[in-house]
Amino acid sequence: MSGERILSVDQLTMRFGGIVAVQDLSFAADRRKITALIGPNGAGKTTVFNCITGFYKPTGGAIRLTHDDGKEIALERLNDFRIAKQAKVARTFQNIRLFPGMTVLENLMVAQHNMLMRASGFTFLGLIGAPNYRSAEAQAIDLATDWLKRVSLLDRADDAAGNLAYGDQRRLEIARAMCTGPALLCLDEPAAGLNARESAALSELLLSIRNDLGTSILLIEHDMSVVMEISDHIVVMDHGVKIAQGTPREVRDDPKVIAAYLGADEEEAMAVMESGS
Amino acid sequence: MTALSHEITQTSRAAGIPFILKRAFFNALVALVLFSLMVGVRTEAGPDGQLTYWPRFVELASLVGIVFGGSVVIELLRQWIGPSGAERLVPPALHSGLSFLGRYLAPALLIFTLLVPVIFYDQRYILDLAILVLTYVMLGWGLNVVVGLAGLLDLGYVAFYAVGAYSYALLATNFGWSFWICLPLAGILAAFWGVLLGFPVLRLRGDYLAIVTLAFGEIIRLVLINWQSLTGGPNGVPGIPRPTLFGIPLTNTDDGLAALLGIEFSPTHRIVFLFYLILALALLTNWVTIRLRRLPIGRAWEALREDEVACRALGINTTTTKLTAFATGAMFGGFAGAFFATRQGFISPESFTFQESALVLAIVVLGGMGSQLGVALAALTMIGGFELFRGLETYRMLVFGWAMVLIMIWRPRGLIGHRAPTVYLKKSQAISSDLVKEGHG
Repeated sequence: MSGERILSVDQLTMRFGGIVAVQDLSFAADRRKITALIGPNGAGKTTVFNCITGFYKPTGGAIRLTHDDGKEIALERLNDFRIAKQAKVARTFQNIRLFPGMTVLENLMVAQHNMLMRASGFTFLGLIGAPNYRSAEAQAIDLATDWLKRVSLLDRADDAAGNLAYGDQRRLEIARAMCTGPALLCLDEPAAGLNARESAALSELLLSIRNDLGTSILLIEHDMSVVMEISDHIVVMDHGVKIAQGTPREVRDDPKVIAAYLGADEEEAMAVMESGS
Repeated sequence: MTALSHEITQTSRAAGIPFILKRAFFNALVALVLFSLMVGVRTEAGPDGQLTYWPRFVELASLVGIVFGGSVVIELLRQWIGPSGAERLVPPALHSGLSFLGRYLAPALLIFTLLVPVIFYDQRYILDLAILVLTYVMLGWGLNVVVGLAGLLDLGYVAFYAVGAYSYALLATNFGWSFWICLPLAGILAAFWGVLLGFPVLRLRGDYLAIVTLAFGEIIRLVLINWQSLTGGPNGVPGIPRPTLFGIPLTNTDDGLAALLGIEFSPTHRIVFLFYLILALALLTNWVTIRLRRLPIGRAWEALREDEVACRALGINTTTTKLTAFATGAMFGGFAGAFFATRQGFISPESFTFQESALVLAIVVLGGMGSQLGVALAALTMIGGFELFRGLETYRMLVFGWAMVLIMIWRPRGLIGHRAPTVYLKKSQAISSDLVKEGHG
């Protein structure tokens, strides 16, 4: 069973001064599965995300990532860009972080930086116009074009990313993360601010990433219709601790989950219960 | 839509008069407070050294009156022209004309520059000025890598210029090395200092970065002044060898270039040679920068300017990316410095003050951050324009300052504010300057 695990978080604790944002949290994400991390506002979901993607250094605990070839990486020891580069964990942000002054295509080219950097002989070969860099760049453009087709932004390829509509920006950010060739894709509220039609398209995109490419996905989401529809496994957090986990059906019927949501926000609790009926 | 906006203008115009008076009154009040001490009281040392002072009511009253009247006129003009906006000041026809001009401006400018020594062969003043302009074009292009592409505000760029100049001066005077060996060495040494500056400022952003780079520039200058045994201190380094055409000196001797070619010697030969030397160096800077922009490192610089956090999430090593930006910019500064040393034949710390950094930064900002053509035009405007106003003598700085303010009102993001994409699928579209970030530091 352990070979099927891509990510295992063990006793993760994160403190900011006296405030405990995450307390002894343990959960696992399976390979080629979509794992959702849900919970009321302020439950510590984004903190967990920032620990996994190296933006925070956890106070305690272990985060293990296992690649396809069985190589195990301790994420809490890597920092910053190395998590994306070596551990192949890509992420998106709750408040979209594109490069607004660069074109859509350029955004996807920047995502392939490390591959292109090697191909350009760390700039020196590329500067004199070596042919292998040119073929690598053509390949990168092909991959970018492929992703633009998937997120149906191909006709916007040469527009500035900052000029895209909100929903398009969300999809572009996912495409950009996927262009890094990740083993694990971490999405921070990908459906936030999307309308019902866009949410449905997003669900479809995420399912196709899982089914066609076999990329494991970890997501934080408030939109219960998306979570319940696509998740294989759900972890529920409240006040920095895990209160439940299981399949969408199990989580939906868990009284602790309903209580947590009722205590926090009536609307969200209703959403949880309604999506069950 | 038009009716609505018309109505709004009408109401604002109707409500205008008390508003205008109120505004002018406040401006006059501020002027009164300011000028009451600066102008209203005249102080002088009396015959026995004691302080004598007397009020000057007429001067004060007339100044306050001018401010009041001026405020009214400005407010009226503002309401008459409509809401102030840079777009309104430039008619659309001129805009499209400019974009048409932009396509052919760069090649035309290049051809003209190549022909400058031919056209102005007899005018030493213009040739010297052209060399000066090209030096600043090169410095601007070098700093553009750091400020325009990577978005790192560097106020101490002159330090690398100084390192390059002193590297060449000291290597050439102490070891007798030729210019062509020293030139790359000067670039490498300056790049090394660029990395050295880069390390402590990696975590700094914005104002803090600017202050540390400013301090770095001053430190280099102070070291040059105080390390007398090496740099000659304030006396500088005299007798720096002139460059040679690959070993052939440009002098009036039997082995000089003129004698070898069998033509009559003229001191202009050296000037023309220097002109083409700096032109070649500047074009090298331009070519390398344009190429780098299309390579992953250049895209990473621009991405860093746009969003550093997103860069890290994509696995880009922001440390090396920043350091390479500093090193590349510094290297070009070092080349320019070596050229400066060989042209002047004498260098001293006085040539490397903060004012030089400020001037080069002004060129980059005025040109439009990141735009190669913009920087070249801005260098021409700043250095050439400054010479153009020489006839105005005392008022030169004033007129020049006004001209700069007007240009920045006309084009707040620099002469060429939009950004050209580095790669495209179907059609390359310029990106509006509103979207392009200025960088966090």
